[in-house]
Amino acid sequence: MTMATAATTDPMLPQPYSVRQVVKETADTFTLTLEPSNGAGGNRFQPGQFSMLWVFGVGELPISISGDPAERDRLVYTVRSVGQATHALVSREVGEAVGVRGPFGTGWPVEKTEGRDVLVVAGGIGLAPLRPVIYEVLHNREKYGRLVVLYGARSPRDLLYRKELAAWARQRETQVLVTVDYGGLSWRGHVGVVTTLFKYARLQPARSLAFACGPEIMMRFVARDLETHGFAQENIYLSMERNMKCGVGFCGHCQYGPHFICKDGPIFAYDRMRPLLEKYEL
Amino acid sequence: MENLEHIIAEHPFFAGLESHYTNLLTGCASNVRFDAGTYIFKEGEEANEFYLIRTGKVAVEIFAPQRKPIMLETLGEGEVLGWSWLLPPYQWRFHAHTVETVRAIALDGKCLRTKCEQDHDLGYEILKRFAHIMEQRLEATRFQLLDVYRVGR
Repeated sequence: MTMATAATTDPMLPQPYSVRQVVKETADTFTLTLEPSNGAGGNRFQPGQFSMLWVFGVGELPISISGDPAERDRLVYTVRSVGQATHALVSREVGEAVGVRGPFGTGWPVEKTEGRDVLVVAGGIGLAPLRPVIYEVLHNREKYGRLVVLYGARSPRDLLYRKELAAWARQRETQVLVTVDYGGLSWRGHVGVVTTLFKYARLQPARSLAFACGPEIMMRFVARDLETHGFAQENIYLSMERNMKCGVGFCGHCQYGPHFICKDGPIFAYDRMRPLLEKYEL
Repeated sequence: MENLEHIIAEHPFFAGLESHYTNLLTGCASNVRFDAGTYIFKEGEEANEFYLIRTGKVAVEIFAPQRKPIMLETLGEGEVLGWSWLLPPYQWRFHAHTVETVRAIALDGKCLRTKCEQDHDLGYEILKRFAHIMEQRLEATRFQLLDVYRVGR
């Protein structure tokens, strides 16, 4: 049974997966590769979707899929260890079991970008849910226009996927710019918030779609600045985050105004989000 | 001189500026080059110019006692470095340290201040453009101060 089928038949039932690989990205962030314990393949997902990952005996976590959509024999997640459950998840050894529900939610509307430029704006671990978009564009280069990746992190030691960033930058029709908020004196790259990179990106807003993911405050700054640069609100997409539990819109934990983030999102066009982003304490 | 005028007119900071103003600015301008790892100016020094960066990268740093300088931001191609020439006491507030070799157009602040006093329309144009830069950098600084990627936010 494929994961997609399992989600269709019983979305509350975790499927058994085992850890194939754990890669330490930064001091507190790890990338886990999971494979189905029963050896079945066919793990289809859309870039931007997430899974609910069970660490048995500890708890369940919503984690965006950060792997390559073309690699259907595995699911890849990049997880920051910030609490008991995430710590338990990243501490799994190779071969240990993890339960997987999903994939859930809406993906980035990658199909809308065919023939257009793709702007990816990521902050911190927000690069993880956007990495599948980058894979998709680079695997199907002829379908898309320019790919621009703008990535901001707190410091050089917090940067994810450093080797891949360098490799992406060498691809044709691809521009990758990285900045950090706090650079040490040995850092030779940009210093400043991610929005300061816009002026270096050769943007063509009329023929581009922008995908942004990161802390909500960061996305507000990004969306506002993109509008200033000429992007229409409906051409800006954000990945929203709230406390997701069931993953299918039953429990209501992730309600955000009239939306359930897990079911209606997590990817939303900015024109739908803007009125909510400006409401206090929502 | 004509080439310099063209470079000034093409720089994003002066985009759309009327040509007779570009011509006036050219009289205060010169081509400059700074090797990587050198200081363009240091905190406390007299601020007599500003720079239109053509290529390269500059770090704006602040001196911190008993530790190495702290890098606040970097500026690159198409950006403007320095506005202390515009306001008394005309002293640099930060260090400007080249991360990469920098090619720029230096504009003489004293010369420009004189021209702005003589022609307030020019002065207003210059002030509007610097106000825009200041607004962008103030917003970026506020965003930076939020430290949005810190654990526990």
